[in-house]
Amino acid sequence: MRRRTLLQASPALLASPGLAAAQSSARTLRFVPQGNLANIDPIWTTTVIARNHALMVYDTLFGLGQDFKPRPQMAAAHEVSDDGLTHRIALRADLRFHDGERVTARDCIASIARWSKRDVLGHRLSALLQEMRATAGDRFEIILKQPWPGLVWALGKPSANLCAIMPEWVAKTDAFQQITDYTGSGPFRFVAKEWVPGSIAVYERHGAYVPRDEPADFLAGGKQVHFDRVEWRIMPDPATAAAALQNNEIDWWETPLADLLPVLRKHKEITVAVVNTAGALGMLRFNHLHPPFDDPAIRRALFPAIDQTSFMQAALGEDAALWQVPAGAFTPGTPLANEAGLEALTSPRDLAAAKRALRAAGYDGRKVVLLVPTDFPLINGLAEVAADTLRRIGFNVDAQSMDWGTLVQRRAKKEAPEQGGWNIFCTTWEGLDVSVPGSHQPLRGNGGDGWFGWSASPKREALRDAWFAAPDPTTEKQIARELQSLVWEEAPFVPLGLLRPPMAYRRSLTGVLTGGPALFWNVRRG
Amino acid sequence: MFAYVIRRVLATIPVMALVALFVFSLLYIAPGDPAAVIAGDQATPQDVERIRASLGLDRPFLIRFGEWVWNILNGDMGVSIFTNLPVTTMIQQRIEPTLSLMILTLILAVSIAVPMGVVAAWKQGTLIDRAVMGFAVLGFSVPVFVVGYLLAYVFALELDWLPVQGYTAFKVGFFPWLENLILPSVALGGVYIALIARITRATMLEVLQQDYIRTARAKGAGQSNILFLHALKNAAVPIVTVIGIGIALLIGGAVVTESVFAIPGLGRLTVDAILRRDYPVIQGVVLLFSFVYVLVNLLIDLAYTLFDPRIRY
Repeated sequence: MRRRTLLQASPALLASPGLAAAQSSARTLRFVPQGNLANIDPIWTTTVIARNHALMVYDTLFGLGQDFKPRPQMAAAHEVSDDGLTHRIALRADLRFHDGERVTARDCIASIARWSKRDVLGHRLSALLQEMRATAGDRFEIILKQPWPGLVWALGKPSANLCAIMPEWVAKTDAFQQITDYTGSGPFRFVAKEWVPGSIAVYERHGAYVPRDEPADFLAGGKQVHFDRVEWRIMPDPATAAAALQNNEIDWWETPLADLLPVLRKHKEITVAVVNTAGALGMLRFNHLHPPFDDPAIRRALFPAIDQTSFMQAALGEDAALWQVPAGAFTPGTPLANEAGLEALTSPRDLAAAKRALRAAGYDGRKVVLLVPTDFPLINGLAEVAADTLRRIGFNVDAQSMDWGTLVQRRAKKEAPEQGGWNIFCTTWEGLDVSVPGSHQPLRGNGGDGWFGWSASPKREALRDAWFAAPDPTTEKQIARELQSLVWEEAPFVPLGLLRPPMAYRRSLTGVLTGGPALFWNVRRG
Repeated sequence: MFAYVIRRVLATIPVMALVALFVFSLLYIAPGDPAAVIAGDQATPQDVERIRASLGLDRPFLIRFGEWVWNILNGDMGVSIFTNLPVTTMIQQRIEPTLSLMILTLILAVSIAVPMGVVAAWKQGTLIDRAVMGFAVLGFSVPVFVVGYLLAYVFALELDWLPVQGYTAFKVGFFPWLENLILPSVALGGVYIALIARITRATMLEVLQQDYIRTARAKGAGQSNILFLHALKNAAVPIVTVIGIGIALLIGGAVVTESVFAIPGLGRLTVDAILRRDYPVIQGVVLLFSFVYVLVNLLIDLAYTLFDPRIRY
């Protein structure tokens, strides 16, 4: 006896409502995201899942194509004055918010202003901004104090914080307060009344959305929607999500656990594929404020012992299609990835050399506190290999297990390790974030004001500034090479490899766009 | 009796106050910072501080506690730090699945465990008795999530009789509602059935040795009459007590069961809130659970009078 006849044998249940439900389910995409959509303001929070939500609900002025280059999205035209100081942007004529109102230049200016208060590249805009002004209902200008060729990239960057275009009255919300209205400009409308945080988030097709008359191209091009409704169903248990996918109760699972991939691959109705080709760069981060890692010689001593393949296998298993080594300071496969000094990680691994370097640097055997997030299987794998590597070359490692919530608080502590601080943690950064110096936080050298670990380096800061002003791709690439060379010299972090966790979806889905996170346009059933 | 009920209800007030103080203090000293979770990797330390201030997390303990208690007394459990939704709304969204799961598990457990225990006591020392006790040991020993996975594998993946996961609201229909809850209830009920069956058996064995049972037999009463009318009614007080105590077991088990079967209930809400350090939600849910537990125990105490007329309040 199959499920359809076990409990639903009642004639009433076999009547038309069942057929209607089946038809409507064909127009519904059931998706299991990587985690719980707990908050939905992509400016207030930088969580990846809020960004993914924002990509559905909000459109952006520019969008990156498969080649990671920005193209106009809401913008119909964009021109830069000869002196490079004035960016003139004209909006497409057919842009509408979910409440039916036209998208105007004032909405864009307010949205950019809010974004610039929180985003790392937005901060750059704030520093360079002379004025933003509407020149017509659908045109505006951004006037800078000095040229910034990367502005368009910043406005179209897909990583958090996304420069989402909201209605002006929503965008005027304090950037440190959550928005309370979810009216968006994107191809999907968020159905707030059906939102049960931790369980389900529902999106409906925005009927008035007019896609660009172009083929879809990652975050650029025509965002053609083929489903009336997309349901994000939150499933905390990977085994349950795997079973639900096999049983056709869901269509798409964003982050299948590596251990479950063999089962899913065997299933004839399921595709397992790398969708986010930009992946996530694994890294080991030092605390630069306290011994022993306040000494660059001790940080550098680790390089001969780092075997990126071991880190990747611990995180994602032995299938080399799911990760990429060697990986330098920038995301492999993106325009600024380069080979400068990469032999620090590609030459034959030499534990003896690492031990010698550690002794020569004067390591005194003091305890090294490593933070291990046990509720993040992928990062936990990186941390376990890090602990083993450190021990093998002679570090006295105190690996402290905790949940991610505790880790993010702990890593913010600047106190010495024995007073509740830390020495090392492992993490991953979205590949698109660390593909350019502007948003590459671990690469920064702004010391106490910077990312956890507080690495100080005037040289790296100067190179970052030079990248912002770089007039052409050749100069950008040269700066990236110099920055990567400094990574081997100053060792602000250790790159551990590029992780490309696959997604799993029913074979009936076609048109899944690759390049970054799961996108819900272009995809269709059949 | 009315005075007793009033006394017991009033006694819940200091209990709830203690729970509130305990939970609030525990969360205050526990590691973790919601502002850091919200701010993410791109945020500067200044951003984190500003978020912390905007959430009021930088204020002294006593001011925060006093404000929270005052709001609770005014029926306001606060707003989730993360979702910006009122805690009462979040609880309302989640209470039906948890209540459904617990009620169905309770019905299932009592209707299986009590006859099992009675039969085991009646057939003491036989194969039936050993089978029942063997099942009880198994029920205690195998974790809920293992039972859950096994049931999902057999009845959902292999046989395709029931769905793997999810919850359908009762208003959609009784059968869809039931379809989603059968496997979770069986998984969660295992340990509960084991507990009740063991207690029922032990209590029945004791009662079956009593003189009045021998008298009933001597008067020619039938076996079922003796078991269910004379013995079980007299054994009911300890059984009802253990059912009440077991509610705590159910609450704990619901957290795991809801995760395994992706049921959007209060258990999962609690876990999610703890992982994110969403203080208002944790405080609200724990208070609710403790209130329910106190209330259930009060109802159990009152139920004693139904089974044993000698008990008076």
